Amino acid sequence: MGEKTVIILHSGDMDKVYSALIIANGALAMGMEASIYFTFWGLMRLKKGELDKGPLSRMNMLGLGRQMIKQRMDKANVASLERLMNDFKELGGKIIACEMTMEIMGLSKEELRTEWIDEWGAVGSYIQEARNANITLFI
Amino acid sequence: MAEMEIDVRGQTCPIPLVECRKALKKASPGDLVIVRGTHPASKKEIPMACEAMGLKVLDIEDKEGGKEWEIKIRR
Repeated sequence: MGEKTVIILHSGDMDKVYSALIIANGALAMGMEASIYFTFWGLMRLKKGELDKGPLSRMNMLGLGRQMIKQRMDKANVASLERLMNDFKELGGKIIACEMTMEIMGLSKEELRTEWIDEWGAVGSYIQEARNANITLFI
Repeated sequence: MAEMEIDVRGQTCPIPLVECRKALKKASPGDLVIVRGTHPASKKEIPMACEAMGLKVLDIEDKEGGKEWEIKIRR
């Protein structure tokens, strides 16, 4: 088996979702396997139409700071989260959704982008996934 | 042997790397993949990725007075 990057995405903040998807895409692009474990606030981003709806982790200022950063990102031609997610899937990236979070948040599978999700799991799935990983991050 | 051209001029991190990888996935062994871009970091990171995947970078060339670069890879 090849080298692997495993990321836990706990945050649902827009900037941190960017970090996770950029790193994961980078890993795939450099020939590694990659998977992202979506949990807690991160899992909210897998709800239909919510991928890019997170606030900014700092200086959100009721959405004003977020809007400013979005404008700057557009100007810098930064790819959308939707595109990064599609690239991630196209390059063979794996997504695991946390079942306990679903229960806590009262989410059903129908509310999530199931076409992106490869596996539903708990902590054991993450450990198994990360056991032989070369890079693992908590975001 | 086919030739594939990827234009990522104006694209920023991580798109040049990602598009290069997508092209390499689609290409057959022996094919030539040519990537054109402007993102400075990708000029050194695409060759890094190729080396990690055991692919041969044939040429790295600056274009348009250093504003653009072109990387040729043998799949």
